[in-house]
Amino acid sequence: MNFLTPATEGLRGLGRATLFLLTILAAIPGALLRPRLIIQQIYSVGNLSLIIIIISGSFIGMVLALQGYRTLVNFGAASSLGVLVALSIVRELGPVVTGLLFAGRAGTALAAEIGLMKATDQLAGMEMMAVDPIKRVIAPRFIAGLIAMPLLVSIFSMMAIGIAGGHAIGVELLGVDDGSYWSQINQSMHGGDIRDMLIKSSVFGLAISWIAVYQGYHAAPTSEGVSRATTSTVVVSSLAILALDFVLTAFMFR
Amino acid sequence: MQSRSLELLVGFFVCLGIAAVFVLTFRVASLDSVGDSGSSYTITAKFENTGSLARGASVKLSGVRIGRVREIGIDPETFQAVVSMEIDGSRNNIPSDSNLKILTAGLLGEQYIGLEPGGDPEPLKNGSEIAFTQSALVLENLIGQFLTSFTQKEPSAAKKSEESAEPKAAPKSDGPAPAPAK
Amino acid sequence: MNPDTSDTLVRVRSLRFAFGPRVIYDGIDIDIVRGKVTAILGPSGTGKTTLLRLIGGQWKPSSGSIEFDGIDVHAQSRSELFELRKRMGLLFQSGALLTDLTVFENVAFPLREHTKLPESMIRDLVLMKLEAVGLRGAAALYPEQISGGMARRVALARAIALEPEMIMYDEPFTGQDPISMGVLVRLIRGLNQALGLTSVIVTHDVEDVLKIADYVYVISGGKVLDHGTPDEIRNSKSALVSQFLNGEADGPVSFHYKSATTYEQDLMAGRA
Repeated sequence: MNFLTPATEGLRGLGRATLFLLTILAAIPGALLRPRLIIQQIYSVGNLSLIIIIISGSFIGMVLALQGYRTLVNFGAASSLGVLVALSIVRELGPVVTGLLFAGRAGTALAAEIGLMKATDQLAGMEMMAVDPIKRVIAPRFIAGLIAMPLLVSIFSMMAIGIAGGHAIGVELLGVDDGSYWSQINQSMHGGDIRDMLIKSSVFGLAISWIAVYQGYHAAPTSEGVSRATTSTVVVSSLAILALDFVLTAFMFR
Repeated sequence: MQSRSLELLVGFFVCLGIAAVFVLTFRVASLDSVGDSGSSYTITAKFENTGSLARGASVKLSGVRIGRVREIGIDPETFQAVVSMEIDGSRNNIPSDSNLKILTAGLLGEQYIGLEPGGDPEPLKNGSEIAFTQSALVLENLIGQFLTSFTQKEPSAAKKSEESAEPKAAPKSDGPAPAPAK
Repeated sequence: MNPDTSDTLVRVRSLRFAFGPRVIYDGIDIDIVRGKVTAILGPSGTGKTTLLRLIGGQWKPSSGSIEFDGIDVHAQSRSELFELRKRMGLLFQSGALLTDLTVFENVAFPLREHTKLPESMIRDLVLMKLEAVGLRGAAALYPEQISGGMARRVALARAIALEPEMIMYDEPFTGQDPISMGVLVRLIRGLNQALGLTSVIVTHDVEDVLKIADYVYVISGGKVLDHGTPDEIRNSKSALVSQFLNGEADGPVSFHYKSATTYEQDLMAGRA
């Protein structure tokens, strides 16, 4: 009987998280009536993540270009550098790396904030003031995460492929022809790739926001509980991103 | 006051994100005409086989990019591939008897169209069709051709390779020699 | 001995509540009379805060019932419960102020959430409530910039913003210096008289609460040990009540936490 406990606890957690998600979804229409609260949250999960997203996007694009060039130039295919960078970024690295960064930057902030609000009785206080904390606190944060993630992924990819990333290294530094950098990308990619990127990032955004608000809302109301909630947010969402990425990739590129 | 600047910042973020989606869709996916600023004119040519030539491939004159492939279709009567190309409007003195070859950049690189100028004083115009084309090299055909000539020279050695080589060796192979289309 | 039950606002009947195996309440009856200050006294760890949360409908009892103005609190749907909660205020020990809002916005919060009043009227109402607790000057500060006692007064202003019928105070005197304690005692009494509020004070602070309460319940070990007016309680014959009132270390409430083994057994076990 005893050895079953972790398994049953896990199942219980999953069930609780699912019910929690349903509660949030039910609260979303009400929350949408108050866009100001959502805007506030988009600022804290979106705008405040912008710097890290732009910088990492540029560096990842630059590294990909450097590494890719060394390999491609051996086959006389250096003109395909753009394709290499763009395909890797749009299909995989953009959504996945942005997701991991987003979980670390915005997910933990969400979980810690909600956990602290719980620990300091702010959520209970709201409830006693007849204000539903799911509608007032949780749903706007959840919606903001959902909106911010695809935008951040697009900005990340744009930085990595164009402006400062692969293009800067490949074209400006290594001397790949600017025209063929882009035309090669044009030839091997199409609108579907961008659509898939947006689908992936929306799914990741949902997973991260869900995990973060769940961990915060169900944190033990102590400082240890809050720190555990932030840690679990990073661990669980990173694993979820990687697992979901595999599943989505398997579906998209059959 | 304070909420106004917040809204402004969030608006900036959302705009940046949407702009990024557009940049990606238009620059990465082939929905625009990259690099073809200004005027251009369109010419067509028919090929026996376009190989892996794709929309957007370069058209080069002496190795310099002068245009790109806009569309690849099929002539419903002759079943030849019809390739239409956009040529930079400033290249308006290309002889109309020039010929086109489908070439490969490097060993494994992409395919592009190479233009070899002829001597006709009449230049290509919008809607011109180039009559002299040479198809893409198809590796299987090339191997088949090689094996056929090989068996003819050495009948004794042919017996071994005949079974595997015969079905591949197409009786009517596309030679690499320039041949007038149609 | 029994309070005047003709005008009861909250009626608790044979309430049982347990956290897993730990029984907090084992069948208690409490009547809270409208317009009076009722104090609920008990040693720490007897789940006094739990009682307030049960009355507020945040937690469900294992059995028994709690009625607020004749309405069974735990038989309500979520939205009906929210309607009910607008009629009661709960003052948390920590104040539970929203840390991302200023003092002004904290007091305005319930008004903004539940009413569609114009901004100028909200401003006037908030300033009136803040003036009532003497903190109009702190309107622009954030919760982390004010002291714990001030935070409790802001929370009080917030609790009375919607003009509820009843306010529940959770340990309002804990950790207060004598001056801010005096301020709070005056406020509670004053609000009770000025607004006709029903007040429930949950505390272990005997002396101060006996000064302002109209009626007192003493709870320990999940049972109501004694109840009556402050004078009746002071003269209670119950050994536990007198231990509690006089602050004796040992008595019916043991100095030692319950242990399954004796002291000697524990010490010997370490040596074996």
